[in-house]
Amino acid sequence: MIGKNEIAKRIAQELEDGWYVNLGIGIPTLVANYIPEGIDVTLQSENGLLGMGPSPTEENIDADLINAGKQTITTMPGSVFFDSAMSFAMIRGGKVQLTVLGAMEVSENGDIANWKIPGKMVKGMGGAMDLVASADNIIVAMMHTNRAGESKLLKKCSLPLTGVNCVKKIVTNLAVLSVTEKGFKLLERAPGVSVEEIKAATEGTLIVEGEIPEMKI
Amino acid sequence: MKKVYENAEDAIEGIESGMTLMLGGFGLCGIPEKCIAALSNKPEITNLTCISNNAGVDDFGLGYLLQNKQIKKMISSYVGENAEFERQMLSGELEVELTPQGTLAEKCRAGGAGIPAFFTPAGYGTEVAEGKETREYDGKMYVLENALVADYAIVKAWKGDTKGNLIFKATARNFNPVMATAGKVTIAEVEELVETGELDPNEIHTPGIFVHRIFKGEAYEKRIEQRTISNS
Repeated sequence: MIGKNEIAKRIAQELEDGWYVNLGIGIPTLVANYIPEGIDVTLQSENGLLGMGPSPTEENIDADLINAGKQTITTMPGSVFFDSAMSFAMIRGGKVQLTVLGAMEVSENGDIANWKIPGKMVKGMGGAMDLVASADNIIVAMMHTNRAGESKLLKKCSLPLTGVNCVKKIVTNLAVLSVTEKGFKLLERAPGVSVEEIKAATEGTLIVEGEIPEMKI
Repeated sequence: MKKVYENAEDAIEGIESGMTLMLGGFGLCGIPEKCIAALSNKPEITNLTCISNNAGVDDFGLGYLLQNKQIKKMISSYVGENAEFERQMLSGELEVELTPQGTLAEKCRAGGAGIPAFFTPAGYGTEVAEGKETREYDGKMYVLENALVADYAIVKAWKGDTKGNLIFKATARNFNPVMATAGKVTIAEVEELVETGELDPNEIHTPGIFVHRIFKGEAYEKRIEQRTISNS
């Protein structure tokens, strides 16, 4: 089993030179710490910034410069600011090559639920619905099971959906999986995790073909 | 016509109970904090519909108006970080229309640009699309969303001139220029107010044609929600 930082590290291996990438709140934000050497990736923050830099020092803090998680940040050489309508023109217009976001549930046909637990938690969807409806390449970063130990990879989501048929790949603390027409296809195991353990933690259809390699992180 | 007002109290003159307001900002970044404070000093103004990406925090921004129970309905994309909001929403005192962030921005853009509705892929197949017309274009499904306009749009800019031209700073831009276009009356509060001609026309984000009232706010608090720093 791996931790949040290793999940982020594994997702960072998916990045390609020249990509514009939107990272959601939580584990996805950590991906920025592991961008491979020699790969030029520009981070889009949907509140209105391309070219998000690291956190500021105490002296450089600027209340007018935050990311979509409302955290203080910095810019990079070549950064640009824009308004919210233009930001989502980039997103819906398909200019952002990769979206990484967290989820409460993912179903085997690629539906995602991550914004509402009826009667318990209603914080809102923010930009997630626009992002998942538009991006060609969506990776979900999450724990394989919830706090109660129940699978988050399901035949069908039980929570209100954020988007339908949109998730392409999932990286969890146990495995890397792709979403196929026949269900979740197991691509890699986390170090020390067996196929049996992944099967037991996956409620949706799990396709296991041949030898499953360990993640290299 | 004179656009320059003395202060927030003067600039919000005419806002009445039952009106629809747009308020710029993302989180607490770039919110019109002076106008919000002025509205909270007029608790007799109630039943407001507020269109704003977020709802402030308990003790700042729109949180003030929520504490006073001046808001009847919020149209927002994300309303976490506010316990009073959650309480009023769950008890049914406050009506909330959660709208995807990009859809919210486009609703304001369209409203300001004279476009009554548009199709977006966001929210298709979710409860956001319930009761709305959907249509297929090129094999992909879209949801029909109506534009928004406001009785008053209230925005915060960095610099402005006496003709109402505005320049925003960093990510405090966010919804402000979009909402500025969609108010029947648009009020801009600015940190620096200069004479006409002093701003470089190449650098103006919002043309003054969209702005009806402008004033210089004093001593901005600019509260930070998530102070994240690095040691290096």
